[in-house]
Amino acid sequence: MAIAWEQDRYRDLLLVRLIGELDMQTAESVRQMLQEELAKGTVKSLVLNLERLQFMDSSGLGVILGRYKTLQALGGKLLICGANPTVRRLLELSGVFKVSAVFETEDEALQSMGVMTREK
Amino acid sequence: MKSNFMSISFAAVPENVSFARVVVAAFVSQVDPTMQELTDLQTVVSEAVTNAIVHGYDNNPDGVVTITAKLIGQAVELTVEDRGVGIENLEKAREPLYTTKPDKEHTGMGFTIMENFVNDIQIETALGKGTKIRFVKYLQANEAMYN
Repeated sequence: MAIAWEQDRYRDLLLVRLIGELDMQTAESVRQMLQEELAKGTVKSLVLNLERLQFMDSSGLGVILGRYKTLQALGGKLLICGANPTVRRLLELSGVFKVSAVFETEDEALQSMGVMTREK
Repeated sequence: MKSNFMSISFAAVPENVSFARVVVAAFVSQVDPTMQELTDLQTVVSEAVTNAIVHGYDNNPDGVVTITAKLIGQAVELTVEDRGVGIENLEKAREPLYTTKPDKEHTGMGFTIMENFVNDIQIETALGKGTKIRFVKYLQANEAMYN
């Protein structure tokens, strides 16, 4: 099982839905994709939807924490939604929950940033 | 008490991290674990195999990782073993957030995660000889099976 993603853009907010498994084999492609988007300098908020992420380990945590640091340097914000119970435990253990806003659903995450979900 | 075991060895390459997770999950499935228990075991396998590849063998694909899994009643005993460089300072390595490779976005969370997802963990390591990690996880007895 590899990794795939979907992207949506709402002005300066980038929404990325990760699909599949995020481990040492797949982490690099996700890191590159996110880093390229953030390097454009037009993203102020990054929403990671983990609803369809079936597996993640500390390699995935490294990708998320690394992008948090990039966003922090840009004055941006990290939001996470849809994490399953195991992924939640990993995010809690590693302190990601302390530095990001966490939501159950994508709609809740988007609404917290003032995005109406039918707007693009 | 029923028991069973399996053992596999494979090349220390990233493609085999997910392979190792699938193999262990398939083997343990015969005792009807919960989804949560299976995911916990897959997570520790993933962490231990990743450590073997990245740290034990420093990404040298000639390295070999060996996994054994034993089922003893409702307990699962897993070992993940490499013949790599070994861990210089095990106490440090087990500290949360400690990593010898911070530049590569390693979080230093591997051992912390492993400790949190199983009931018992034992680590044997020797410089130049390798590392063997033994995990024990007790599964909830699936009472429906005995009714």
